[in-house]
Amino acid sequence: MKGFKIIVLAKQVPDTRNVGKDAMKADGTVNRAALPAIFNPEDLNALEQALRIKDKFPGSTITVLTMGPGRAAEIIREGLFRGADDGILLTDRAFAGSDTLATSYAISQTLKKYGKFDMIIAGRQAIDGDTAQVGPQVAEKMGLPQVTYAEEIQAIENGKITIKRRLERGVEVVKCSLPLVITVNGSAPECRARNAKLIMKYKHAKTVTELQVANDDYIQLYNDRPYLNIKEWTVQDIEVNMEELGLTGSPTKVKKVENVVLQSKEAKVITSSDDDINQLMTELIENHTIG
Amino acid sequence: MANYYTDNKDLKFHLTHPLMEKIVRLKERNFEETNKYDFAPMDYEDAQDSFDKVLDVVGEICGDIIAPNAESVDAEGPEIVDNHVVYAPGTEVNIDALRKAGLMGMSLPRRFDGLNFPIVPYIMAADIVSRADAGFVNIWGLQDCAETINEFASEEQKMKYLPRVSAGATMAMDLTEPDAGSDLQAVQLKATWDEEKGTWLLNGVKRFITNGDGDIALVLARSEAGTKDGRGLSMYVYDRNNGGVIVRRLEHKMGIIGSPTCELVFKDAPAELVGDRKLGLIKYVMALMNGARLGIHAQSVGVSEAAYREALEYAKERMQFGKAIIRFPAVYEMITTMKAKLDASRTLLYETARFVDMYKTYMHISEERKLEKEERQEMKKYQKLADIYTPLGKGLASEICNQLAYDAVQIHGGSGFMKDYPVERIYRDARITSIYEGTTQLQVVAAIRGVTTGGYLAQIREYEAQKITPELEYLRRTLIILTDDYEQAVKKVVETNDNEFIDFHARRMVEMAGHIIMSYLLVLDSARDASFTKSAKVFIKLTKSLVKGHAEFIRSSVMEDLGSYKIDLE
Repeated sequence: MKGFKIIVLAKQVPDTRNVGKDAMKADGTVNRAALPAIFNPEDLNALEQALRIKDKFPGSTITVLTMGPGRAAEIIREGLFRGADDGILLTDRAFAGSDTLATSYAISQTLKKYGKFDMIIAGRQAIDGDTAQVGPQVAEKMGLPQVTYAEEIQAIENGKITIKRRLERGVEVVKCSLPLVITVNGSAPECRARNAKLIMKYKHAKTVTELQVANDDYIQLYNDRPYLNIKEWTVQDIEVNMEELGLTGSPTKVKKVENVVLQSKEAKVITSSDDDINQLMTELIENHTIG
Repeated sequence: MANYYTDNKDLKFHLTHPLMEKIVRLKERNFEETNKYDFAPMDYEDAQDSFDKVLDVVGEICGDIIAPNAESVDAEGPEIVDNHVVYAPGTEVNIDALRKAGLMGMSLPRRFDGLNFPIVPYIMAADIVSRADAGFVNIWGLQDCAETINEFASEEQKMKYLPRVSAGATMAMDLTEPDAGSDLQAVQLKATWDEEKGTWLLNGVKRFITNGDGDIALVLARSEAGTKDGRGLSMYVYDRNNGGVIVRRLEHKMGIIGSPTCELVFKDAPAELVGDRKLGLIKYVMALMNGARLGIHAQSVGVSEAAYREALEYAKERMQFGKAIIRFPAVYEMITTMKAKLDASRTLLYETARFVDMYKTYMHISEERKLEKEERQEMKKYQKLADIYTPLGKGLASEICNQLAYDAVQIHGGSGFMKDYPVERIYRDARITSIYEGTTQLQVVAAIRGVTTGGYLAQIREYEAQKITPELEYLRRTLIILTDDYEQAVKKVVETNDNEFIDFHARRMVEMAGHIIMSYLLVLDSARDASFTKSAKVFIKLTKSLVKGHAEFIRSSVMEDLGSYKIDLE
């Protein structure tokens, strides 16, 4: 049977799991130089889910899509080393400073340009922002159904996918039609290691920009082996409204960053009733959490 | 988030030894496969980069998966279910990770889906895996049985079995029997040709078979009915999918518990003859054993590394009398000596692996084309060196491994005796290294040729002539004196022409040669990287006391001494 066309959304993030004293700059922004850049852990869980589908349905293809600076091409190579088929690096100065809204806009415009696919799989959230918003926002903008907190893809039959979700107090199994957006929870299986042959096959893979700056003895390779050319897309390659990109397209503003010591020991349960939500909003505005 | 390759810079140092360029060029036949396989290297630098990146994955899997699983695998071990082996759950996870990472069949040619790595990076992977779990390395490392298939089997058999190994099939070498251990000439498992079925059938019992229920096994069996010695034995390949072999029992062992040690019953098990009849023991098993011995040398080094690290960590943290115990001379001497022995053992490992690489690669090339005269000479030179270094390395490194495991427990004091710390497992795991694939005593029997023919001495003289930095000159001077002591001791013993007297002193002479060789290698390492100087200095002090001691023992030894040791059995 023919396989599925899968897009994995991945992000290169500073490794905030091993934060030292110099992790933050004085101005409250992340000191990226002090933290190694890694493949966002839950995006690796997402990639593993995609690879399992590929194992089960030969002929499936996986494209890793990442938005970030030039060095984020590393994420695509990491994906190729594990079994992805190709990747797109979405990179442009115009994207700098994007919050989740501007990011999901840029990604969804890229996906529209990309063409047909069967599913988009992303990690639940990135460890630098912890918002868990980009996946769901992409789904909304693309008009696709979404299944969040996925832990296991159990079956794909007759255009329907069965997914086990990890919820706060248990699991839920849902069925959804293709295409869709899935965000994968960290409790899903860890991603497999890089594969020796794939490493050797793809280690020279580069974006156009990397090729220009590289002092590369193997330049001939890029003509002979098209798979070594990582697609690099800029705003020129997608249709966008510039106003919705980058800082201008980002309503989120960082007002202040400070160290907090968590004091409240008990969690508060708030129902979805209007009263509860009103009460919560009032509280949050009063203590300046929002607004 | 540990990486057992990148956290140990000594590995990369050995990986980039100057001889590697020649090895890689030969192995890659001047990079003729560059455009044939998308993962073949383009030049030496590209190949080195590939080794580095692939070993990085080995290190990551070892640090993140295999080492954390070692404790549960040791506690649970394998079991027999319906006459077959079921691994501990952690073992299955380990195998799956390595399989998916494509780390099986590392040294096999690309046409059999292998990575075509030289022995050096393959052995380095074994070194790394052994540090993570000494028991598990047996299951993974038995892939070097495939090398014997690659050397001696028919093209058809290679095509049939080798790609399966690359895809992750596990292997076994079925040699030992209840009455044939060190003396394999006594093997009795019967191989009979069945005309009707058109296949060889195997019948009998094998014992102490590591990973005996592996997917593909090489079996030593008696094909010539009525014979009693090694000349009646042939080598077979058995495919587990064909059935006919059951696992009757798993041994309860002191260590390497995760590695199943099986008693196998063959009942009309179909098998294919490998190579020629009657050459089973004399040719093929020797090749198999040499590969396995190099593997045990790597295992010994990996376990030594684990022991050293556990000891160092504990000695830095453990506070007594108001300070960390590593600050006491009794302890820091132990730790520093451990590191020196570890470095010595490892440098001998990679020297041996390079010799094997040079000779085996020439051997494979000689099957493709006639070697030039110079190439033939080089092949012979390295074959001789590989032959005398393999038992020397296995023998000495496994003893060092045991010493390090002992010292690591000692440094932990009472805590080391408890199951709470990994050293307890390391101590049990280390013990087998000086026993299997030939005890140290048998390695000495194989290595003594290097002493009596002057093979070690000639190589020592070669090391002596190599360029080093002036700061290391005084170390060389010491070693020249010790080499004279060795030469005189050997002369005295060999001149007696008495085999029993030579056997009596064999281990002493082999140890002297081995220590001088390891010392020289450390000096040469120091010339390339000053960080080895401390180990070189410390190890040469050990070598000096050992060589002087042994030399004195031999100097004052007379033939009548043997009588003082012989045991009266009447």
